Amino acid sequence: MSLRPLFIRSCRSPPWRRMNEDDVVTAHAVSGLAQAARWRSRRTAVLLAALGAAAAAAFLLAVGQGAVAIGPGQILAILGGRVGLELPWTYESTQEAVLLAIRLPRACLGVLVGAALAAAGAALQGLFRNPLADPGLIGVSTGAALSAAAVIVLGVAPAALAGYALPPAAFAGGLAATLIVYRIATREGRTEVATMLLAGVALNAIAGAGLGLLVFVSDDQQLRDLNFWLLGSLGGVTWKTLLPAAPLMLLPALGLTLFARHLNAFLLGETEALHLGFDVEAAKRRIVVLAALTVGASVALTGVIGFVGLVVPHLIRLAVGPDHRILLPASMLLGASLLLVADLLARSLVLPAELPIGILTSCVGGPFFLWLLVRRRGPEAW
Amino acid sequence: MLSASNVRFARGDREILRGVSLALTPGELVAVIGPNGAGKSTLLQLLSGALAARGGAVTLDGAPLNRWCRQALARRRAVLSQTATLGFPFRVLDVVLLGRSPHAGRAAHRDDLQVAEAAMRETGILHLADRVYTTLSGGERQRVQLARALAQIWPASDGEGGRYLLLDEPTNNLDLAHQHAILQIGRRLAGRGTGVLAILHDPNLAALHADRIAVLKDGAILIDGLPDTVLTETTLAAAFGLAVTVRRHPTRDCPYVVPA
Repeated sequence: MSLRPLFIRSCRSPPWRRMNEDDVVTAHAVSGLAQAARWRSRRTAVLLAALGAAAAAAFLLAVGQGAVAIGPGQILAILGGRVGLELPWTYESTQEAVLLAIRLPRACLGVLVGAALAAAGAALQGLFRNPLADPGLIGVSTGAALSAAAVIVLGVAPAALAGYALPPAAFAGGLAATLIVYRIATREGRTEVATMLLAGVALNAIAGAGLGLLVFVSDDQQLRDLNFWLLGSLGGVTWKTLLPAAPLMLLPALGLTLFARHLNAFLLGETEALHLGFDVEAAKRRIVVLAALTVGASVALTGVIGFVGLVVPHLIRLAVGPDHRILLPASMLLGASLLLVADLLARSLVLPAELPIGILTSCVGGPFFLWLLVRRRGPEAW
Repeated sequence: MLSASNVRFARGDREILRGVSLALTPGELVAVIGPNGAGKSTLLQLLSGALAARGGAVTLDGAPLNRWCRQALARRRAVLSQTATLGFPFRVLDVVLLGRSPHAGRAAHRDDLQVAEAAMRETGILHLADRVYTTLSGGERQRVQLARALAQIWPASDGEGGRYLLLDEPTNNLDLAHQHAILQIGRRLAGRGTGVLAILHDPNLAALHADRIAVLKDGAILIDGLPDTVLTETTLAAAFGLAVTVRRHPTRDCPYVVPA
């Protein structure tokens, strides 16, 4: 073919490369860009370190505060005592019992749920190319809550197994809701904001009706349990209920971070991600499943806690931009801290009663959502 | 060579392409023109591999596109589509670096930065590197997306083979200066060995910048040849159903078209 020589020549001596090597100015500009990139990655490292420190501080605060106060040193001493370490702080046996049986599992749950909801929120927002895709707003959490509530009230699982049946049931409900919203809102690779939110409204209404029906047919004990799903709470968790669900929350949330590069490309558009060489359909399916899994497991243990997945990634984006390689881990850290603090407020604001945490996050998240709508400038400017 | 041979495509019962053959070779700029709904964008999506043909074959260097590894294909051809909308506040440099995705694990970050810088210089947006994409004007955004596409297919030192750039109505919604700027960039790339295919609406833009023009009408190629042979009063009347007058450009050696 007559074009073969042209082709071979372009292989042997890429003309652009040649131009670059001759161009002295280029070297300066690149070092400028490299310097800016280095400066920004340093800033990112500082942010991640600060968020990690904040999460650790929130954890110590959460396990230390309450009717029985436990100081940070005493916390270390109790934990050290469990593994045979003698530390110079003294503590009472009630403090040890409260910390080990109540506060620690509750704080661990807070960390896991906060990280799970924030990671799922960030990932769904990337997938939908829309910063309003909170797992609660688009019906994922309510879908999960509905099927978890059905397990309780309809008693499809024997009581002894109910704890194990809840996470998979909640996962299935969350997955179904995610897929329905995605299918309805996405046409030719583009997700329409309005359609997605409206589909979420409709799903929330349907799931709400289902929950109402379950309330209607349930007895007093079931009613109390159901209330828990409707409002959300970290209370009453034990190691026995936490441990089987913990990997179901943590592993999918960590798994989402593996799709950071895919999500970055998705922000350009699905077709663009395809052109960049990503297996778009497979990545989409996996992201949806992982997000539904982590949200479903969270909902199974705590009920519906709204707006964490909306607010947290947004704050991180304001600080370091939308790069998911940073956004996902940073959101998980901030989500964990925020949920620990919110839970601390929930159990100390109206002593001796306990405020459901879902009410608290909605009190903060609702106005935040309105603020997002008001400050939006154009149809695609976020 | 990136080539479509006798490709067919249908949406439901509606046949969009009925046996189209078009080849793109490194070093040439080919313009595809034709009336709305002629199947131009579909043809480009088939050439890019985003859609699969119902009949016929699309091949790159003789191998069907679906036999190519996704990343290897992405390093050889890039697409500037009309649908590229980015509503998240990435910085321009980060958008251009997204073009390096198919090179992950093959090139050092420093090399990626070098390529991104060269691509931004090529499209004249180096001064925007640190700006937030969502604050740019339409013309600037288009040049950022073009730089991203260039970064994607920037020749590596190992020289993997000819590069191809597919532009889907790259001049849409751009002012006169930006329209020509985009096509001049395409022209320069072709001059250095990239095969460039651009879907255009304005025959005069095609006449000024293209080596070859293909006219698509009702899902078939009406004519494919040099601008002087394609842009005639009879051909354009047949393609667009509009009487036109064709004259010589006053300063350039090419035809120009105005409605009669």
